[in-house]
Amino acid sequence: MKWFALIAVVITGSLLIYGVSDFPDWGDAQSPANAGAKSSTGEPIGESVSQFYITETGRLTHVPNLVTAVLADYRGYDTMFETVVIFAAGMAIFAILRVLREDKHTLGPPAKDTTADGDHGRIIVGTTCKILIPVIQLFSLYVVAHGHYSPGGGFQGGVMLGASFILLAVAKDLGSALTWFTEKRFMTLACVGILIYAGFGLMAQFLQRHFLDYGVLHVILPKTDEVMARSHSMLGVEIGVAFTVTAIMFAIYANLSSRGELKRGL
Amino acid sequence: MKEFFETSIEPHFNYWVYVILMMIGLWAVIAKNNLIKKLIGMSIFQTAIILFYVSVGVKKGSGIPIIPKAKEAAAGAGEHGAAGAVNPDLFANPLPHVLMLTAIVVGVSTLGVALAVAQQLFKDFGTLEEDEILEQIKTADKASPDG
Repeated sequence: MKWFALIAVVITGSLLIYGVSDFPDWGDAQSPANAGAKSSTGEPIGESVSQFYITETGRLTHVPNLVTAVLADYRGYDTMFETVVIFAAGMAIFAILRVLREDKHTLGPPAKDTTADGDHGRIIVGTTCKILIPVIQLFSLYVVAHGHYSPGGGFQGGVMLGASFILLAVAKDLGSALTWFTEKRFMTLACVGILIYAGFGLMAQFLQRHFLDYGVLHVILPKTDEVMARSHSMLGVEIGVAFTVTAIMFAIYANLSSRGELKRGL
Repeated sequence: MKEFFETSIEPHFNYWVYVILMMIGLWAVIAKNNLIKKLIGMSIFQTAIILFYVSVGVKKGSGIPIIPKAKEAAAGAGEHGAAGAVNPDLFANPLPHVLMLTAIVVGVSTLGVALAVAQQLFKDFGTLEEDEILEQIKTADKASPDG
């Protein structure tokens, strides 16, 4: 098995290295990926979609952060189904691990009450978390809401918000995190995120445009023209993405760390 | 040797790094016996692909793909009647960033599913070594040939 693996790895690696010699140099602004394909004489034979994104996004959407604009508008379908993949991953973990039946034999000893006064070992950790977690959550909301203007957006902010709940679960115990963020709440939040995203697409369809063609939403959004409607809808779908990512990140941690019982964490 | 380094390794060093990382990941996925080590190999493989994509979008001398004052730049383009107000060479290629942004989060979720399956396997077989699991399945098959 090891020899077979070594041969396969070496063959794959040498083929890839052989291919590398045809690749454009590092940092080449005129490479096909950056500036579009060129014929052998150097004539451009097709417009690069990246060039279009860089030069036209400002005019068409008024969004400074090109990554957000491409993510939520031009490649809206892709992002929607990436969110669905995350949702499906959460559901798969639920289906694989979650123990719904109360089984007396698999339960360990009852969870130690770490909030009691006697537990001095966790005072420093607990106080630090009390101070840090609100700041982390506030910052993650800023990352979501400010994704148009600075690096950030739904995925990053959602992961940070989920991580703040995971921090609570690690520092205290899973039970105290679950009292704030119950299973019913995070499952609902995951569904609501997807529905928000799909809802923006469907609204555009009801207004007789293509699915996820946000420009037409200026009809129902107050005080917007076609350009700003795209910008505002991007914020909307990013919030949907953030909901789903937050919920599923916490669901993955909660199920994995408690072996699907959602009682006692690590 | 020096000439070889300057002509084929130095301008392509990002591709060399990604190929090496990819080989490490592939080796771990194929050759390692422990399922968790296989998953670590899968993550290294994924990291190699992410590195490849992001390094393809690099332009020398460009900044992050955020256009300051996008509205004003767009208005300037409208006045002069051309879309040339934004110079594409000054901004990194946003497309690989977008693709990898979603790939990272999806990678984390799929890794979570893989870990859940591994946890369930450990619950059933008491081990995460591939050959031991296969042996247990074989002996279970021999014990009940009709099943």
